[in-house]
Amino acid sequence: MTTLAPVPASDPMTEGARQVTVVSRKAPIAFAAVTALVALLLLVAPRDGSTRFRFSDEGDLLRLPDVAVPGMVTAWVGVAVAAAVVAAGAVLAARRRRVPVVLTLVLVLALLVAFLAWAGAGSSRDFSVARLIGGSILLAVPIVFGALGGVIGERVGVVNIAIEGQLLAGAFCAAVAASLSGSAVVGVVAAVLAGALVALVLGVFTITYRVNQVIVGVVLNVLVVGLTSFLYSQVLVPGAERLNETDRFAPVAIPGLSSIPIVGPALFEQSVLVYVMYLAVPAVWFAMFRTRWGLRLRAVGEHPKAADTVGIKVERTRYRALLVAGGIVGIGGAFYTVVSVSSFGKEMTAGAGFIALAAVIFGKWDPVRAALAALLFGFASNLEGALSVVGAPVPSQFMLMLPYVVTILAVAGLVGRSRAPAASGEPYTKE
Amino acid sequence: MSHAAPQDPRGGQAAATDATPGAPGDVVADAEVPLTDTDVVHSRHGGTGPADPRWSEAFTRIVSGGWAVSLGAVLLAVLGGSIMIAVTDEAVRTASGYFFSRPSDTLGAVGSAVGNSYAALFRGAVWDYRADDVATAIRPLTSSLTFATPLIAAGLGVALAFRAGLFNIGGQGQILVAAAAAGWVGFGADLPWPLHMLLAMAVGIAAGALWAGIAGLLKATTGAHEVIVTIMLNYVAFYLLSWLLATPGLLQAPGSANPKTPPTAQSALMPDLLGPRYNLHLGFVFALLAVAGVWWLLHRSTLGFTFRAVGENPSAARVAGVDVGRTTVSAMLVAGGLLGLAGTSQVLGQVTTGFGSDIDAGIGFDAITVALLGRSSPLGVLAASILFGAFKAGGSAMQASQGVPIEIVLVVQSLIVLFIAAPPLVRAVFRLPQPGRRRPPRSRSRRDRKAVTA
Amino acid sequence: MTLELRGITKRFGALVANDHIDLTVRAGEIHCLLGENGAGKSTLMNVLYGLYTADEGEVLIDGVVQRFSGPGDAMAAGIGMVHQHFMLIPVFTVAENVMLGHEETLSGGRLDLPAARAKVREIATRFGFHVDPDAVVEDLPVGVQQRVEIIKALSRDARVIVFDEPTAVLTPQETDELMAIMRQLKDSGAAIVFITHKLREVREVADRITVVRRGAVVGEAEPGASDAELAALMVGRPVELTVRKDAPVRRDTGLQVQDLVVTDERGTVVVDGASFAVDGGEVLVIAGVQGNGQTELAEALVGLQRARSGSIRLDGRELVGLSVRRILEAGVGFVPEDRNVDGLVGDFSVAENLVLNRLDGPPFARRGMLQLGTRDEFARTKVDEFDIRTQGIETPVGRLSGGNQQKVVLARELSRDLRLFVAAQPTRGVDVGSIEFIHKRIVATRDAGVPVVVLSTELDEAVALGDRILVMYRGRVVGIVPSTTPRDVLGLMMAGIAPERTGAA
Repeated sequence: MTTLAPVPASDPMTEGARQVTVVSRKAPIAFAAVTALVALLLLVAPRDGSTRFRFSDEGDLLRLPDVAVPGMVTAWVGVAVAAAVVAAGAVLAARRRRVPVVLTLVLVLALLVAFLAWAGAGSSRDFSVARLIGGSILLAVPIVFGALGGVIGERVGVVNIAIEGQLLAGAFCAAVAASLSGSAVVGVVAAVLAGALVALVLGVFTITYRVNQVIVGVVLNVLVVGLTSFLYSQVLVPGAERLNETDRFAPVAIPGLSSIPIVGPALFEQSVLVYVMYLAVPAVWFAMFRTRWGLRLRAVGEHPKAADTVGIKVERTRYRALLVAGGIVGIGGAFYTVVSVSSFGKEMTAGAGFIALAAVIFGKWDPVRAALAALLFGFASNLEGALSVVGAPVPSQFMLMLPYVVTILAVAGLVGRSRAPAASGEPYTKE
Repeated sequence: MSHAAPQDPRGGQAAATDATPGAPGDVVADAEVPLTDTDVVHSRHGGTGPADPRWSEAFTRIVSGGWAVSLGAVLLAVLGGSIMIAVTDEAVRTASGYFFSRPSDTLGAVGSAVGNSYAALFRGAVWDYRADDVATAIRPLTSSLTFATPLIAAGLGVALAFRAGLFNIGGQGQILVAAAAAGWVGFGADLPWPLHMLLAMAVGIAAGALWAGIAGLLKATTGAHEVIVTIMLNYVAFYLLSWLLATPGLLQAPGSANPKTPPTAQSALMPDLLGPRYNLHLGFVFALLAVAGVWWLLHRSTLGFTFRAVGENPSAARVAGVDVGRTTVSAMLVAGGLLGLAGTSQVLGQVTTGFGSDIDAGIGFDAITVALLGRSSPLGVLAASILFGAFKAGGSAMQASQGVPIEIVLVVQSLIVLFIAAPPLVRAVFRLPQPGRRRPPRSRSRRDRKAVTA
Repeated sequence: MTLELRGITKRFGALVANDHIDLTVRAGEIHCLLGENGAGKSTLMNVLYGLYTADEGEVLIDGVVQRFSGPGDAMAAGIGMVHQHFMLIPVFTVAENVMLGHEETLSGGRLDLPAARAKVREIATRFGFHVDPDAVVEDLPVGVQQRVEIIKALSRDARVIVFDEPTAVLTPQETDELMAIMRQLKDSGAAIVFITHKLREVREVADRITVVRRGAVVGEAEPGASDAELAALMVGRPVELTVRKDAPVRRDTGLQVQDLVVTDERGTVVVDGASFAVDGGEVLVIAGVQGNGQTELAEALVGLQRARSGSIRLDGRELVGLSVRRILEAGVGFVPEDRNVDGLVGDFSVAENLVLNRLDGPPFARRGMLQLGTRDEFARTKVDEFDIRTQGIETPVGRLSGGNQQKVVLARELSRDLRLFVAAQPTRGVDVGSIEFIHKRIVATRDAGVPVVVLSTELDEAVALGDRILVMYRGRVVGIVPSTTPRDVLGLMMAGIAPERTGAA
């Protein structure tokens, strides 16, 4: 005789599956590791003397005094603050709470101050804070545009290794168009078209012909390097005056904002493309997370078949997003030849596209975070110059290496958990 | 006939998503194309890790494209190169200014620009027919083989990784660290030949292997995608080498402020194969040995079998007891070792007077194109490397005699790979037949007899 | 509204998936489309939904010919579909999923999420669901995800709703609730197309039944038709799913599993304290609705899933903690659930696949070198012994039919010296002839004294093959009962209702 009794405590419709909580301790561990590294540096190589920070330049309305701090003491204070953040992060992780972004920013800032104070100790030169910030912004602009384009591409399901090629094509076309027309604006338009054209080729091969996206990206980079270098030697060098001499955008000071002490001149006395960048980051974020375009774009990147079944044209969505992304990267390319310098040079982007790719991943496929990552990487590159001015004992090559090392740690999951769009890299085959 | 046989009501091949419909064994068309019935399990595995079917699909496509497509791709790419030479040629542009009054001038100018360029390419890469004696005339050919030497080794490294389902974009970095390590032994140690050379090679190969091994280890332990890691490692290696070269006491030549190493010691050199008139060196022989070795590894060894199994289907390999992580690491180690061989042949055979941070000479990326053109097979890589070596040798000659910038080689090279990667495009252009429709003829009688007894 | 399909024909190459199919569905009725897996039902519905373009035939709505170039057109015409594999974006919220494709926007192009939430709530209330519009879909249980699919269709004012094998992932209880929802939809005037291969469900809700076999309509039946009639129509010949086998001769040694716990990567417990034993010479079938931990349990037995706690002992030897390789060496044979993903390397030859897990040493490998001669000889023998129909041993295994592929896996596993044999869904996607062959080999293995564990979601197979049946529900062992246990008891067990321990087993 079989009698039936329910399994205890299982109301099948309401009870979710039992969970054994797996807490990721990676973020606190990574924080602690970085803090410990800096502390180790201070212990192993202590430096005497004070460090001077300069907060304002000659022409500023509001003059702030320079600040000289004892190098090692300041450095240790920075490490202490960082250690406090690590502790806070550990507590949050133990309580299974997310570590807020602000905390990460505080940690980064504290360690930066510590590092600068150590590096500049005893030097007769000082750190110009305005120049540190301003220089970082300038170095970061192409990376930010590249990262924005990269984020859009990956979110719609196309891995874009060809950011470098798009930047280079943008720089080249901006140089030629701006030189021929005499207008930097025309140069930017040409760069947008060039970036979109590279994106179109990427799209034709990856979306229509379903060629592996990494292969196409890698090859497109080589193709653009080859084309621009060939045309540079063959056409631009002989006709340099007519074809490769642009009128650059002049810096424009924004009234009011530019007179804010310390950051004003660095942030708000820039060329128009920098302001475009300030607008582009929130604009891309808004478009991606608050509009129909963005919803559909993300749907296509996560689950193209599901998008197809609700009537979204997958291939068309991918093409459109890719073209927009290419155009945005193109603006970044224009920055080289209509803002930074006034002529094109062979392979002048020098790997910025790959730093942008790194920023995409480090920024977890989010436009704002990716832009912040790009700024951080720009800062690291800029620090190279600042450190050599004060004669710090840090080889510049290691500062330049930083973005790449950080990205390796990020993809290895040591810095937070990265989750790429599910269908990124996958061609969509409609049966 | 076949209807007498028991049918397959559950969709005999519903599970065979990649199988050709109507493959042997399925007698009639009762099976539904497997859209919905089977992809549930695929999705379970597909989303979980880096071992996505998309890679293996790409590799399959690369490997099975057909040589006609390769030839077509090369032709198309060369055509593209010709157009670029023609439109940027000074004489052509002058003549096209009055195209409508004398079109023949334009066409003539195009012909001579393109013709002269390719003639120069041929003279620089294969046979210098203007030379006085045979010994001089074949020099270009040996020069092509010299250029091909590191490409062969590097291409094998990328191809082997491909076969194991890994995308090794880190050739540049692996070559750089290998060159640094081999160079350091090459000018630092004091040993007799060939011991010195062999030691330098071993150290260089080991360095390349370890550098690639980082990417393999990270992929195996954390799932970090090797494409991103190897790209980033390229830059890390570049700046590391730059630092070594700029720091006195490390790799920088003593008494110099340039970021350049001292020359490689005589006892560490790969000697010239054909005497001092030609620059073809012993590295070429090592590269050929590597071709044979990789072939043997892939097709005759258990290690290679596991590489291929993991590359084709990592899930099945795992179920068969293969440690996929360890295989990933081994495959990257071997791949990195091959790229390391390319790096050592650069510093012990090619650039022996001291090198800078550009010692990789773009070989890391060329290796990818070589592996793709060679369809990831050792012999294919050999052939593709010699072709690209010829392009490089000929490109220099073309630049010298015709003023055509050598970057045209990059353009042609990348166009070749693009076209190869998209067989439908090339097929459309040349009207080649579609593959996949040709199924092996079935031995009907045997099958039917079996079908009845089943 | 009346939906009519006329003479729909769809070919894939030489394969005719749909052969001049006619079908009429009227408002206010549930029309069942009954057929075995692979009979062409899903293809037909994908034609209707605009995912495929038919080679011949037309779709009419209220007598007007429709031209669908994509799902968008079908939806606009009032056709909704609840897909077998949910077409939901896992990282989106319910509201986002429901609005996707027909989003309403506010000023400045902003998505009107409040409106979408309201719509979800409105529809959910109408049918008495509990669905939080802001829940992220991937966090929801399967049954709730299916309701989101239904809400999605209703939010587009679908008048015809197609349910494609909706019960495959549901427990019997969830299935009952779904039936109630379908009736409710019918009463509200919708036309329902219900695709299934389960006879019981058909009898319960169908107003009309159309049976499809080999891509063609083979008959229509009334809801009152008997199981036997329907089954005969479906399969085309009387079904006989009995396996002739002798009473088990038990051996002492065997498999002992104690308090086994397995979690997935997100920490969800998928096998929750399973304990059971299998003696040498018996077949234990692990049954249950798909997705209740059976797969993970089987994978834990061969070391593919790491056990979080508990023990697995084979002839007294602990297997937990051993690598897959060591477990295979310990004499465990394994037929994975999805042979294409886990069992075979499609581009490898039949011969290579036959030795896939045997390359650690002699006879197929010596000192790291493959012994190709030995391998080929072995392969030829096995191709004959297991009646694998292939062009030759060098043929890529991907070109073989499902049944022959499965025989390759079986041949490989059964050729080793086994102490335990685990077969997951061994006859899924396999033709009838091969099913019989595979069952015979499994029984032969049992008769040789090997403990055998078979996973099956098909109750018929479980009853026919097993000496005892273990039913899993939500990762727990509900009970272990003799295979003579009545089906309704087994059905209740699959819904988590355990037979009292004193009663059975």
